[in-house]
Amino acid sequence: MVVNATEQEAHITVKNLTMAYGDFVIQRDLNFTVNHGDVFIIMGGSGCGKSTLMRHLIGLKSPTKGQVLYGDQDFWAAELDEQQRMMRNFGVLYQSGALWSSLTLAENVGLPLGEYTDLSPSDIREVVSLKLALVGLAGFEEFYPSEISGGMQKRAGLARAMALDPDILFFDEPSAGLDPISARLLDDLILELRDSLGATVVAVTHELASIFTIGNNSVFLDPETRTMIAVGNPRTLRDESKDARVRRFLTRGESDLPTA
Amino acid sequence: MASRAQLSFDRPENHTLVVRISGSWRVADGVPGPSEIQAQLEPGPPIGRVQFDTQNLQAWDTGLLIFLRKLQDQFANRQIEVDASGLPDGARRLLNLAAAVPEKKDTGKGVTRTSFLPMIGEEVIRAVVSTAEMVRFVGEATIAMGAFLRGKASYRRSDLMLIIEECGAQALPIVSLISFLVGLILAFVGAVQLLQFGAQIYVANLVGIAMTRELAGIMTGIIMAGRTGAAFAAQLGTMTVNEEIDALKTLGVSPMEFLVLPRMLALILMMPLLCLYADLVGIIGGLIVGVGMTDITFAQYVNQTIEGVGLNHIVLGVVKSVFFGVLVALSGCLRGMQSGRSASAVGVAATSAVVTAIVFIIVTDAVCAVVTNIIGV
Ligand SMILES: Nc1ncnc2c1ncn2[C@@H]1O[C@H](COP(=O)(O)OP(=O)(O)OP(=O)(O)O)[C@@H](O)[C@H]1O
Ligand SMILES: [Mg+2]
Repeated sequence: MVVNATEQEAHITVKNLTMAYGDFVIQRDLNFTVNHGDVFIIMGGSGCGKSTLMRHLIGLKSPTKGQVLYGDQDFWAAELDEQQRMMRNFGVLYQSGALWSSLTLAENVGLPLGEYTDLSPSDIREVVSLKLALVGLAGFEEFYPSEISGGMQKRAGLARAMALDPDILFFDEPSAGLDPISARLLDDLILELRDSLGATVVAVTHELASIFTIGNNSVFLDPETRTMIAVGNPRTLRDESKDARVRRFLTRGESDLPTA
Repeated sequence: MASRAQLSFDRPENHTLVVRISGSWRVADGVPGPSEIQAQLEPGPPIGRVQFDTQNLQAWDTGLLIFLRKLQDQFANRQIEVDASGLPDGARRLLNLAAAVPEKKDTGKGVTRTSFLPMIGEEVIRAVVSTAEMVRFVGEATIAMGAFLRGKASYRRSDLMLIIEECGAQALPIVSLISFLVGLILAFVGAVQLLQFGAQIYVANLVGIAMTRELAGIMTGIIMAGRTGAAFAAQLGTMTVNEEIDALKTLGVSPMEFLVLPRMLALILMMPLLCLYADLVGIIGGLIVGVGMTDITFAQYVNQTIEGVGLNHIVLGVVKSVFFGVLVALSGCLRGMQSGRSASAVGVAATSAVVTAIVFIIVTDAVCAVVTNIIGV
C-alpha cells in the first residue's frame, strides 16, 4: 500500500494556519497537504491541539491566521452557503460521539439521509440498518444513545458520519474506548471505506497500532514549540525521523533508551 | 500505632544539613509546614547540601510528598544541593514523576488583577458584545421563521408535537393554580376596599380587566419562563456540551431551524391558548370570592364581568402573550446555545435564561402599557 504522494491531487491544503483561543495560541504556522485517498493521521501528545485542528478543518472554528483549502477553494473565505455545501461532503465522528440524545440510533443515522437525499422512509431504514450493521450495531436501531455503552456510541457516531457516503471522513479518536478486536475491525473498516468509496480520511489518534496500519501520511504537533515538527508517512517517520521527539512518540518512548 | 509526624535536624559537617523524618507522615494526621526548615537555614554558616534520614519513618503518603516538594522549591531558590538518596524509593520516584512534565506557563490562565477603571471598561465591552450577540440571534431566528413561512425550514414535525405537549398540556396544572389564586387575591383585596362604599359589584370589573389585560399574560409568561425557558436552555446547553450542535452544523443543518424554530413555534401556538385559559380560571377565582364574601349573586357577577370586560382587553392580553412566548423561547434557546462546555455552565445558562426572559417580559409589558395608553386601546 505504497502511495506516491506526488502523483496525487491535493484534497485539503493547510497554509500557515495559526490557531488560538483568545490570546492563547495553541499551534502556529501549520503547513501540510492531504491528498485524495490519503488516510491522514493527526498525532501529538494530549492537549497539543489535535481536536482543535480538526475543528478548524471541519469549519467549526475560524483560524486566527492562515487558510484551509479544499481543492483550490479557500474554506474560510467562502460565502456561508458555499461553506455549507462543502461541509455536506464531510462526515465527522466527534471525540465524544455527539449523537443527538433525543433521537434513536436509527433516527440519528437517518437524519442526514432525510435532509439531503430523496430516499423514501423505507429506503432510509434499509440504509440505516446497513450502516449500523457495518459498525457492528445491527439490532440497536431503536435504542437511545443513553441506553448504549460509550464504545457503542462511538461506533454509532461512525455510522452516522458515513451515512451520506462523504468525500472526506474526519475521525476524532475513533478507537478510544473500544476493545482491541473492535479497534482492529474499525481500522479495517476505515481502509475499506477509503478503498471502496474513494474517501479521504483524516483521523486523530494515539493508537500506534492503528497509526501504522491505516496511516499513509501524517502530521505531528508538538505542544512545547506549538507547531508541527514532522510530516509524512508515520512508518517512515518512526524509522527515519531525525527528531527524537517524533521517534520517541512513535515507539512509545523506547527509542530514547539506547540514546539517553 | 504510628506516632505523629516528627522532624529533627542535624549538622554533622558545617555545610551539610541532615533532615530527620520520623513517625507517620500522612495527610490525614497533619504534617509540619516547611517553616521549621526555614528556621534551620537562617542562622549559622551557609548550607551547601541537604541529606535525608528516614530510618524511623513509619508510614507516608501524599502528605510527605507535599512537604518534600515545598522543601525542594526552597532549596532550589537558595541553590542548595539536595541529596535525595535517603528518601524512600517510592517517594523519590513519585517526586521525579511530578517533575517530569514542567508546568505549562502562559496558558492565559494566570490571575491578572485589574484595577477599577479597566474593569468598568471590560464590563462595558462585554455588555456591547452580548447585546450584539442577542441582536444577531434574533435576526437569525427571524430568518428561520421566514424559511418556515415559505415552507423551506428543516425541522422534525415530531419534535414540534413533543414540545407543544410539553409546554401546552403539561403546563395546565400550574397555570390553573397560579391564575386561580391571583384572581382570588385580586377579588379579595378589591372587595375589602369596595365594600366600604357599597361598590362591591365592581369587583367583577376589577378582576376581569386586570386578569385579561395584564395579569394572565404576565403570569403565564413568567411561569413559562421558569418552566419551559429553563428547560430549553438546559436542553440546548447539554447539546452544546456533547458537541451535538457542532454535529448539526457540520451536516449543514441549521440549529436555528432544527432546534430553535420548533421551540419558538410551540410557544407561539400555546401561549395565547394558555393565556385565554388563565383569563377564565382567574375570573372564576374572583367569582368565588365575589359571590362568597359580598351579597352579589352568581348571575350578577357574570353579567357584570361580561359587560365590564371589553373585547379590546382580551385581545390585547392575548397579543401580548404571543410576544411573551417568543421572548421565553428566544431567551431559553439563546442562553442554551451560548452555554459553555461544562455541567455548571449549563446550570448558569438555565438561570440566565429565566432572568433574561422575565426582564424582557416585564419591560415589554411596561412599554405596551404606555403605548396602549397613548393610543387609547
Ligand atoms: N474552549 C476552549 N477555550 C480555551 N482553551 C481551550 C478550549 N478548548 C481547548 N482548549 C485548549 O486547547 C488545547 C488543545 O485542546 P485539544 O482539545 O485540541 O487537545 P487534543 O490535542 O485534542 O487533546 P486530547 O488528545 O487529550 O484530546 C488544550 O491545551 C486546551 O487547554
Ligand atoms: Mg482531542
